[in-house]
Amino acid sequence: MGRYVLRRLLLAIPVLLGVSLAVFLMAAAVPGDPATVLAGDTASAAQVERIRHDLGLDQPLPIQYLRFLERLAHGSLGESTRTHREVLLEIADRFPYTLALTVGAVTLSTLLGLTLGTFAALQRGRAGDYLTMGFAIAGLSIPTFLIAIVGIIVFSLQLRWLPVSGAFSPASYILPTVTLSLHSAAVKARITRSSMLEVFGQDYLRTARAKGLRERVVIVRHALKNALIPISTIVGIQFGALLGGAFIIENIFGWPGIGRLATQAIFNRDFPVVQGTVLVGAVTFALANLAVDLLYAWLDPRIRYS
Amino acid sequence: MVIGFALFCGVLLMAAFAPLIAPYDPVAINVRERLAAPSLGHLFGTDDFGRDVFSRVVWGSQLAVRLGTLSVVVALAGGIVLGLVAGYYGGWVDQLVSRLFDLIFAFPSLLFAIAIVAILGPSLDNLVVGLGLFGCAGYGRLIRGSVLSARQREYVEAARAIGARASRIMLRHILPNVIAPVIILSATRFGGALLAGSGLSFVGLGVPIPQPEWGAIMATGREYLATAWWITLFPGALIAVAVLGVNLLGDGLRDVLDPRLRD
Repeated sequence: MGRYVLRRLLLAIPVLLGVSLAVFLMAAAVPGDPATVLAGDTASAAQVERIRHDLGLDQPLPIQYLRFLERLAHGSLGESTRTHREVLLEIADRFPYTLALTVGAVTLSTLLGLTLGTFAALQRGRAGDYLTMGFAIAGLSIPTFLIAIVGIIVFSLQLRWLPVSGAFSPASYILPTVTLSLHSAAVKARITRSSMLEVFGQDYLRTARAKGLRERVVIVRHALKNALIPISTIVGIQFGALLGGAFIIENIFGWPGIGRLATQAIFNRDFPVVQGTVLVGAVTFALANLAVDLLYAWLDPRIRYS
Repeated sequence: MVIGFALFCGVLLMAAFAPLIAPYDPVAINVRERLAAPSLGHLFGTDDFGRDVFSRVVWGSQLAVRLGTLSVVVALAGGIVLGLVAGYYGGWVDQLVSRLFDLIFAFPSLLFAIAIVAILGPSLDNLVVGLGLFGCAGYGRLIRGSVLSARQREYVEAARAIGARASRIMLRHILPNVIAPVIILSATRFGGALLAGSGLSFVGLGVPIPQPEWGAIMATGREYLATAWWITLFPGALIAVAVLGVNLLGDGLRDVLDPRLRD
């Protein structure tokens, strides 16, 4: 297990380097000269030149990239062109909200998906199966932001049970987390159903039943644990989908996370902040996938010994 | 699958005959009739500039079909070329292309599109670029995997033995054999592009508001949720119907084309 963990950690390094290169090139790909934008309309050519020199933009790209990495290693992503604060600090203020929203949605959607998928598999071909899978395909098709809006109209504006926006009380977590998780719950319910049906056909289930184990033990300990292997891959991929989805949901609910920060930064052409949020998003996704792979190895001994 | 096909065709027909179906100009402003509730004159009501929401939604189907189709086409073209080349040649070419796919997959899908929009600016074409480039990696991996297994088959060896060129072997002998999963993936990606594109337009990172893109129409109604719900709910429902159509179609195609997955 130790060797597997080490190998997996080493494999993450080139991916993260690639991500840093892509994020660095993002800024280089933006049309227009950042020094001119930063200097403003009234600046003289000499002033623009000085800013360009200060930013290191007069250096060749590979040198600029090495400098970018060096700053990154010192925990600096540059400063926001709007607030002139260190980008990492801006992100640090907001990131916990995005993480709470995403982790909440991962947990809720996984619980919902496992329960509904297992139920549908047990009810295979009966009304319960059709009903659950009907809900699942609806969940896959209805846009998350439509669900968010209907949620706001019903629960915030009509019934006045939940706040419309912001993250001021525990109640304000309910609508964003639930709406964000529904699409992913539908994906997971469909995968759970099909991988449970696959497991139901296996010999070891018949053996477990023949041993006289109670049905609940057979389902949870023998069937579900094996079905979890393909499901855990989906949980990892879906983490990325939920993190991306949070970027939209945060804008609807006025959620103070990095998704809203990124959107505002794009509107303001505040590039260091855009770069920073994209980088943090990708790194978070990489770490989540790492965690899932380790979970995978724990669930499936064949992986850690191969 | 029949229902899915019908819904999908409905959207296509609406896009094709938008000028005949829509009673009003989708961008014509009529301040005297602003925020009018749904009625016989304005089936889906009007928005804050008095534009007819029904006409906007009907014209929006053109943008939706364009967004879905083009982003699938971009993804498919890039994915087929990269996947075939990587799988067929192997070695360092495969290494290079596969690492490129790894890199694209390192970004959460929406975040990738957001990054592209941040660089190029919000517009329909840039959404297509963002969603299409991300999709390349999905198709590319799928095709590369299929090519790797197909390359070992006798029919490819036979083609090579009679002196067929590499490009001919890839396009005529290998590609047709990996086409079924590609078609299934395309249905999913079409729906995914609609959801992602309209979502980004809704928050202002996609198609700009005066254009009748479904997500952009919904964005105009955000200020009026309590009073003029029709501006947001009707286009939202249309997105759901269109995506439901392609999803059902995709499920149906999977059952027909890939019998192993049928349960």
